[in-house]
Amino acid sequence: MTDAITIAGVRKHFDGAAAPALAGVSFAIRRNEFFTLLGPSGCGKTTLLRMIAGFEHPDSGDILLDGRSVLGLNPNRRPVNTVFQSYALFPHMTVAENITFGPEMLGLKRPEIRERVARMIALLRLEGMADRRPRELSGGQQQRVALGRALAASPQVLLLDEPLSALDLKLRKEMQIELKRLQQETGITFIFVTHDQEEALTMSDRIAVMSHGEVMQIGAPVEIYEHPANRFVAEFIGDTNLVAATCVARDGAAGRFTIPGGSDIVATDASGATPGAKVTLGFRPERVGLDGRVTAVMQHAVYLGTDALLHASLPDGTVLRARLRAGGATPPATGSDVGFSVAPDAVRVFSA
Amino acid sequence: MKTSWRGLAPTAPAAIFLLAFMVGPLLLMLYVSTLERGAFGGVVWDSHSFVAYEKLVFERDLIGRLSLNPDYLTIFGRSFQLAAITTLVTLAIGIPTALFMTMLPPRQSALLLFLVTVPFWTNLLVRNFAWILLLRNGGPIDGFLGWLGVTSGPIDVLYTPLATGIGLAYSFLPFMILPIFVAMERIDRRLIEAAFDLGANRLRVLTRVVLPLAMPGIVAGSVLVFVPCLGAYVSPELLGGAKSMMIGNLIQAQFGASRNWPFGAALAMVLLVILLMGLGLLSLSGRRRKVA
Amino acid sequence: MKADRNLFRFPGTATIAALGLAFLYLPILTLLILSFNENDLITIWTGFSTRWYQAVFTNSDMLAAARNSLIVAATATILGTAAATAATLGVARARAAWKAAVEGLLGLPILVPEIVTAVAMLLLFVFVGFELGLLTVIVAHTVFCIPFAYYPIRARLAGLDPALSEAAADLYADPARRFLRIELPLLAPGIMAGAMLAFISSLGDFVITYFVAGPGATTLPVYIFGMIRIGITPEVNALSAVMLLISILLITAAFLLGRYSDKQSNKGKTS
Repeated sequence: MTDAITIAGVRKHFDGAAAPALAGVSFAIRRNEFFTLLGPSGCGKTTLLRMIAGFEHPDSGDILLDGRSVLGLNPNRRPVNTVFQSYALFPHMTVAENITFGPEMLGLKRPEIRERVARMIALLRLEGMADRRPRELSGGQQQRVALGRALAASPQVLLLDEPLSALDLKLRKEMQIELKRLQQETGITFIFVTHDQEEALTMSDRIAVMSHGEVMQIGAPVEIYEHPANRFVAEFIGDTNLVAATCVARDGAAGRFTIPGGSDIVATDASGATPGAKVTLGFRPERVGLDGRVTAVMQHAVYLGTDALLHASLPDGTVLRARLRAGGATPPATGSDVGFSVAPDAVRVFSA
Repeated sequence: MKTSWRGLAPTAPAAIFLLAFMVGPLLLMLYVSTLERGAFGGVVWDSHSFVAYEKLVFERDLIGRLSLNPDYLTIFGRSFQLAAITTLVTLAIGIPTALFMTMLPPRQSALLLFLVTVPFWTNLLVRNFAWILLLRNGGPIDGFLGWLGVTSGPIDVLYTPLATGIGLAYSFLPFMILPIFVAMERIDRRLIEAAFDLGANRLRVLTRVVLPLAMPGIVAGSVLVFVPCLGAYVSPELLGGAKSMMIGNLIQAQFGASRNWPFGAALAMVLLVILLMGLGLLSLSGRRRKVA
Repeated sequence: MKADRNLFRFPGTATIAALGLAFLYLPILTLLILSFNENDLITIWTGFSTRWYQAVFTNSDMLAAARNSLIVAATATILGTAAATAATLGVARARAAWKAAVEGLLGLPILVPEIVTAVAMLLLFVFVGFELGLLTVIVAHTVFCIPFAYYPIRARLAGLDPALSEAAADLYADPARRFLRIELPLLAPGIMAGAMLAFISSLGDFVITYFVAGPGATTLPVYIFGMIRIGITPEVNALSAVMLLISILLITAAFLLGRYSDKQSNKGKTS
């Protein structure tokens, strides 16, 4: 079965820009997948999305839909539909007319169109709003109309350009669940663009983390979170401790490293590190415990209700963070030496 | 979504039309100004000389000697004078009027905006004709001033530079008010409030906050008044009489009774170049101000 | 922003504004009032009469001039507005350099003094051998109708979400249907406003028309000018008053139309 979308070596450099928007991107998106492009603003995720839709053109490389190149096709010929960040609902048309637009342009017959519109209205809970104009709707309702309009034409792929960014937090959370459900019900491939890593982790089947026009890592949320491939991903997703270290010894896949202050940390997977090499170790605060051999000086503790976040410093100024279940225990005193333990399988080794 | 070259096509009709009927004619006019006049008017198409430009400043006597002829320069000078005075007068009326309009509540402000806009669009000829009625001896103003006892004889205003000036100021006052009003409307009210809060009195707020922020509109208005005034035809023709000719009348005369087309073209070229240079200087200094 | 308006009252401005408005309207009102004057001395009032209006409306020369004015204005407005609409859409998608070039070109008729444009056009028509007549007037008027129509349309476009056109394409509309179903309806208020401005400008134009009109192509302003030259008569007065009233009606209509469409679109801002 061919992939839904294949990106092959896509490059793009906008006139007058200092750096390329996309510096050679290649990956494939599978059918029926909820795929997210995640990254900070300027990383190229929106440019890539617009290229799939047809509003931007790559300088080189190819984009395949179902195995066939779409580069020669104008946006109105590509069987993909977009939910725009501003929704772009046609203000002079009613909700029903907005949803009708795509099917109408495709030349579908009246009964079929009516049936699709009715289905969308039911699917997106827009009952009673069919004859209203966009200006009479709330933000959340407009969102759903934008979705319904894009889905009504039964696209092979649905592109969503940060569609939830204008909604307040509660509505956002609701819509995240809603979108996930929609994708599973319709079976359409969703390509979702966001800068919110929590959102990406919640909704996606797979995530492509992007930075400065390049793909840093692609994988399922668990994979991205537990096994960040490089420093950028480790820092962008969740919270990470990054500690400068020197490799002391290797034993099969495992390795032992020395960190500022003299303590040793063992990593289960230390591939790529040679003895004597300078590296950066990354590990999540929730995989750090007390009663270990990694010494640091206690700074302060932040009480978070369920957890406590301990901050301790190493001699080179790096702050080590440990997230512990509070359980009512008193944290170590400020200024005291504390011994932390770091789970070896949680340690990622990055180049310095 | 369209590549940039596709974006060109829709602009083609307008662009081609304007190139053919605006730029083309202007270039032709430049060329004509370097030709010699025909014996019975019109031009001699393959003659080449700068005699038209020479005529601006000099005249030849019967044996070909050149001497300075100040007549046309006087007309240019008068035109500049009238344009400048008109600009100043409309500024003096326009800035306070615009200020008053912006400070009104929205509905009254919109009403005044409408009232100022209406004369802007009514026929220029008709509006100047109204001034003929008003200013002529035996007209309402003459009668009114006589009844007041201010004057003892006919006012003799019509067909003088004063009448032209009144006509020009009248014709172009809305051109001054509207841009200034728009610029003042854009000023964030909170800036004025902040100025008052910091202890400024009304005059200071005006000179240090309002006027500087409204400057783009003031400049725009001044340009919109000065440029047409310099090349004005209707007001001096109807109200000014033979003794207060402006550049516009002089140009028209070359295509009417005087039948010296190259000279008319040369005059028009000079007017155009002066204006373009002035506008160029203005935009350059504006850009420098922005950068600084 | 509701602020304390007393704070913003600058002394003296009210007086000057009142004087300014009086200055603007005194001649117009005088003209209107005197046009109803019964006698033919114009400025000495003897009684109310509409005889001069009757004289005007039965004057065949004037009616011919009015017909010419309407033909020219209608044609130039249609051509100019169509070209301006196309130009607006083209400029929106064009590269910066081309955009600057086109907008500079469009600004020329407004920038260049009318007398200069008039001379240049006359020379062109003579050079090409184009006989002066109604057609030359139409061509000349179209030249300035294009920019007059352009600016309101462009302003309207600027207020629209650029994603709207993209959304239409995304939903399988080809360029023609994008234009007819989305762009044109949404631009309509701007196009109407632009057309009205172009129409009013064409009706009232004098200098350019004076230079490029041939015999038989007299428009109303040219006719009025001719009459004023001959002498000040009450017919001229009445005719002027009629032109004035027509302009006022048109501009009022344009203004109200603008207010109505603003109300419609201000409610229509999505997200």
